[in-house]
Amino acid sequence: MTVPTAEGSTRYAGARINRVEDARLLSGRGTFVDDVSLPGMLHACFVRSPLPRATIRSIDTKAALAMPGVHAVFTAADLNPDVNEQWHTSVGPEGPETPRPPLAEGEVRFVGDAVALVVAESRYLAEDAVDLVEVDYDPLPAVVDYTTAEQAATLVHESHGSNLIGQMSGLPASALQEVFDSAAHVVGETIYQQAYVPVPMEGRALAVDYSAPTGELTIYSATQAPHEVRLFCSRLLGVPEQKVRVIARDTGGGFGQKIMVQRDEMCIMLAARKVPGPLKWIEDRRENLIAAGQSRHEHAAVKMAFDAEGTIQAAQIDFVSDCGAYPTPWPVSTSSVVGALFPGPYRVPRASFTTKTMYTNTVGRTAYRGPWQFETLAREMLLDIAARQMGIDPMELRRRNLLRRDELPYTNANGMPFDHISPMETFEQALDMLDYPAFRKEQAEARAAGRYLGVGISNYVEPSSPGFGYYATEAATIRVEPSGKVNVYIAGGSTGNSIETTVVQLAADALGVDIEDVATIQGDTAVTGFGAGAAGSRSASMTAGAIRETAAILRERIKAIAAHKLEAAPEDIELGNSRASVRGTPTIGMSLGELARAAYFDPYSLPPGVPAGLEASARYTADTRFVWVNATHLCTCEVDVATGAVKLLRFIVSEDCGPMINPNVVEGQIAGGVVQGIGGVLYEHLAYDEDGNPITTTFMDYLLPTATEVPVIEYGHIETPSPGPGGYKGVGEGGAIGAPPAVVNAVADALAPFGVTVTRLPLGPTQIHALIAGNRG
Amino acid sequence: MGETTVNVTVNGRSCEAVVEARLTLADFLRETCHLTGTHLGCEHGVCGACTVLVDGAAVRSCLMFAVQAGGTEVTTIEGIAAPDGELSTVQAAFRDCHGLQCGYCTPGFIVSVTAFLEDNPSPTDQEIREALSGNLCRCTGYQGILNAVHQVTGAARGEEPA
Repeated sequence: MTVPTAEGSTRYAGARINRVEDARLLSGRGTFVDDVSLPGMLHACFVRSPLPRATIRSIDTKAALAMPGVHAVFTAADLNPDVNEQWHTSVGPEGPETPRPPLAEGEVRFVGDAVALVVAESRYLAEDAVDLVEVDYDPLPAVVDYTTAEQAATLVHESHGSNLIGQMSGLPASALQEVFDSAAHVVGETIYQQAYVPVPMEGRALAVDYSAPTGELTIYSATQAPHEVRLFCSRLLGVPEQKVRVIARDTGGGFGQKIMVQRDEMCIMLAARKVPGPLKWIEDRRENLIAAGQSRHEHAAVKMAFDAEGTIQAAQIDFVSDCGAYPTPWPVSTSSVVGALFPGPYRVPRASFTTKTMYTNTVGRTAYRGPWQFETLAREMLLDIAARQMGIDPMELRRRNLLRRDELPYTNANGMPFDHISPMETFEQALDMLDYPAFRKEQAEARAAGRYLGVGISNYVEPSSPGFGYYATEAATIRVEPSGKVNVYIAGGSTGNSIETTVVQLAADALGVDIEDVATIQGDTAVTGFGAGAAGSRSASMTAGAIRETAAILRERIKAIAAHKLEAAPEDIELGNSRASVRGTPTIGMSLGELARAAYFDPYSLPPGVPAGLEASARYTADTRFVWVNATHLCTCEVDVATGAVKLLRFIVSEDCGPMINPNVVEGQIAGGVVQGIGGVLYEHLAYDEDGNPITTTFMDYLLPTATEVPVIEYGHIETPSPGPGGYKGVGEGGAIGAPPAVVNAVADALAPFGVTVTRLPLGPTQIHALIAGNRG
Repeated sequence: MGETTVNVTVNGRSCEAVVEARLTLADFLRETCHLTGTHLGCEHGVCGACTVLVDGAAVRSCLMFAVQAGGTEVTTIEGIAAPDGELSTVQAAFRDCHGLQCGYCTPGFIVSVTAFLEDNPSPTDQEIREALSGNLCRCTGYQGILNAVHQVTGAARGEEPA
């Protein structure tokens, strides 16, 4: 490690560097919110509605308040009037928002709706007291089925005047009528996805320490976006932003659920100013499964027109999603992404879409890893159905329609400007990795022996790193400390995305220093500049941009000082191995420690115009509106037609996320998303009964994949640099987008001999058995 | 609420306290002993995040009362690495194989795997998968975790689950 690296070369980016997060997390020294214990801390527990819809007649808190150790029992009358403003930064103050009372006011709207908040000296006592709060409910009819919600006489929010939250559309369907009427083949189905959810291993969590004399709040939050928590809290309470400090050291997974402040967290922020000690709320698993939010529950009528050769002529989707009673955020704009991306990475000359988002008396919709992934699910399921109907191999049908590199840039029929992607390359790479012809041969032999194997594929293109509005910038501060060691301050916060390691790798390369000399401080709004957090697969590209901009300032300054001291020209100074040396004469140089000592402690020795110290801050503004990412998922399975059990055999992901900062991290992100997608197809279902009661409120009922069910995931990598910093692209969400249709298509392919058409998820043993029986019967 | 004096040896140190009979071992470790490395992911014995060793056996500390642990020797995640911070073989393998992301489930996995490999130092791939099936992870898709256990045992990794 003594050879200086060439200017601009990367030593650490691209390498499988061990994570800097791991030492503390492996040894029980992480700091999750529940690990924070402050003197005089009090504990909160919610009284939640057992009914999907009811009028609250009265709440009797006397018995609970009389219990020793209980400090307060708050109801809507206590907390709700203190709301100053409630809106999420990405939506803005003028957004057509859902009413969001912190505690239910007059009416409960789903099972789990928070009605009262008990504060006691321990969680045990708070739970005891919850049982003593008597709420008198008058049950009301509930809107449970979102597919009929639009016509329902009952309204979830009377003030909204309709259960239709909003709708969006592209070109009207009538514009494509002629294409569909004259097409050689038209294939249409209605495809349904059940509700399944992020289920981070740590539930939501918040601890709020309010100081009455100063009016300051210190908030420990399980969040993907500490700065959004701060902004939201400052608006909610009407407190200046600088009086709110949010600390998010370790967060136990988020996957979208922990991006935005919801009603429960609002209650804790509001209540913290009314109790005599810091207030902590730790969501338990039951609460997480009934009150933290639902995702994915949606369906669409989808249709494609093909010519006689299987070339796609047009695609149409009419999409409807269940958004529950209190969606966070406003769900209408996300639904439009489903419509706009439905044509996918294919050559689709004409397209139209409509989307509808519905209120129901169930838990509110929240983001989940690839919140628009239904477009990929529906398209890829429909393509397989079409291939079967037209008698074309499903891979060949895709090959005829996938976008080729020479067609880029390509603006899809809904205006999405794709570029720097490689859908044909990932597709062919995945098929090669499988040896598709060999699999078809194996499948035929197995069928002859009475065994049912299947193969399924999906292709997608997704927008990562949104470059607009609230998401468009990211800041970094880098300090070369007086000793020459480097600290990088960036919004970040560890939620499982390895962003601390990423930052250290990128900063070491950008400054030409040894990685051991770099540390990072994140997840504390008191010392980091505003950043929109881990959302939209934005961390890699945006962080790289922030470090690029900031390190450039420092590099120039370091070179100027070194050139002055070494009597060389600044352009002849190169940085590497934590040293500045003269190009071609590596023995003539100074360590970063020596340069930093001069910069801080001998300021008059610096060249004219160079400021003292070695610290800089800069803010990167996204180079592009989107960084497009594509991948192909390919899966094989065996279905036991007697039991309906599915065994996954191989799972191949070929992705193009551009250059990899750390292949371990890339593969880890893909694997996590893929297994969440597998779970969503085969095991997971956030289910309600027809009366609106949640029936999967424990891990005995809500089934997550375990180590015994997951296949070995095989990775292929195609590298098309993005136009953004380092050529990097986002990779956090794609696994959960691509996996579900690959699994569904594999199961459907295995069951093809039975004449089965799969249009509904999940595909548990019961559903598979029914599909086979239905077609046999 | 009945209170009892309980004495547990935790990571080699005697820990005595007067506790309510209903206090779980997990809360005793976290709140009474201030060892917050043991995490709670479900509090109904499914996720395995709260796994600790009680007299060498892997136990879900959310399903055991502190009073039931009286007189036992408990090892938590804080007691797995050497006192100077050097990681155990299992911990080091998790680091090498990217067997953790958010780290919330990790203490339970480390403790479970440590106990499992004590009992069965040369497991098959299928035995490893079954041993891990009592611990849930939401970040890794289990890929890095399985690789880590294979690194420790030196066994070849099977290509297929059963």
